[in-house]
Amino acid sequence: MIELNINGKPYTVDVPPMKRLLDVLREDLHLTGVKEGCGEGECGSCSVLFDGVLANSCLIPVLQAEGVEIGTIEGVAIGEQLAPIQQCFLEEGGAQCGICTPGMILATKHLLDKYPQPTLPQIQEGLAGNLCRCTGYSRIFAAVEAAAKLA
Amino acid sequence: MRANAAQYELIAPATLDDVLATLATGGYTPIAGGTEIMVALSAGRLPQKPLVSLQHLKELRFIETTAEAYVIGAGTTFSDIRHHAGLAADLPLLAGAASWTGSIANQNRGTLGGNLVNASPAADSPPALLAYEATLKLVSATGSRTMPYTAFHLGYKKTALLPGELVYSIAVPRIWTGYRSYTRKVGTRNAQAISKIALACLARIEENKIADIRIGAASLSAMPMRCAATESALLGQPVTSQTVEKARAALASEARPIDDIRSTAAYRAAVAGNLLEEFLQQLST
Repeated sequence: MIELNINGKPYTVDVPPMKRLLDVLREDLHLTGVKEGCGEGECGSCSVLFDGVLANSCLIPVLQAEGVEIGTIEGVAIGEQLAPIQQCFLEEGGAQCGICTPGMILATKHLLDKYPQPTLPQIQEGLAGNLCRCTGYSRIFAAVEAAAKLA
Repeated sequence: MRANAAQYELIAPATLDDVLATLATGGYTPIAGGTEIMVALSAGRLPQKPLVSLQHLKELRFIETTAEAYVIGAGTTFSDIRHHAGLAADLPLLAGAASWTGSIANQNRGTLGGNLVNASPAADSPPALLAYEATLKLVSATGSRTMPYTAFHLGYKKTALLPGELVYSIAVPRIWTGYRSYTRKVGTRNAQAISKIALACLARIEENKIADIRIGAASLSAMPMRCAATESALLGQPVTSQTVEKARAALASEARPIDDIRSTAAYRAAVAGNLLEEFLQQLST
């Protein structure tokens, strides 16, 4: 049995220790906001916050997540209310098909924790590990800039 | 095809001593940040051996500053390195390499020790550590030993690490006052590409001559390499166009680049010479 803490809630799962955290979140805990894109740490669609820092859940064996505070997109909204970052992605057109969006939002959260008023190069670098293939990065950067202004 | 995770054992002993005792029994593969091993798992090419986790060991994640050296625990992440003010100021080649090793998410997980032990000839941190003449401390259940990093890589993905041994720390001397440094990585694009070719160089000029020179390279041979012949061609010389030509010829003679999915031998050789020339031109200004 492996004990996990996800979005502040405790979970116990009976899974192999090398099972990817991504698969445990989706298949065992039905937290399907986390997506699989490349499955090799290149695209960022499986991003989670791992003790507060951005990480790719496809590269984390679930045993390594024991004792760690895991944050997923499901923990970002405040009750039924979208968090400011989510609201800005919505208003700026920073989401289209939605596959990259949970990762983009978590990468933005990690970025704004480090740099509350990021420069454009800091935004570009902070989100460089998150690939989008439809809406385009300009609108995503605009969403991040709008979220920083609200902070 | 993806491997079945249920076929792999993974344990996380509480202390470094417990991990070393596990490794001493033989047959275990260490896993730290997982940025290589989990990719191999997903691709179905991870050997089916039990694994032992290192990522929770605080004993391996530290940066100590002494008068003579920075001592970096093998479990230190690239994010730890690039955000350490002392390293950024004193070891720009290493801080630079950490800043372009993969994405932020991978820098948060990938470790310096893992990068060395994985021993890819294209890895980002080895050229810097070769130029800085780092010293490794290796540990096992039976003791520890130190080794110059220049002696660590033996061939393609082959290192001097013995069965049951782990890299414990990487010590980098702090003797670079008065040195000029240069590092550049050339990949398919600027962000997050694996290098086609990279150089990390240090030089000290005295009385218009090169009094000391160290050049580390990635993707120029089957393993990360110090460019000894190129250094010999440059040592004691003034930086003139003749010297540059001799150095380029020496680099061409000792480099063993290959054709692979990322680039060609001809491109790598040409760009390596161009990077070397760019470095030497910066020295003469």
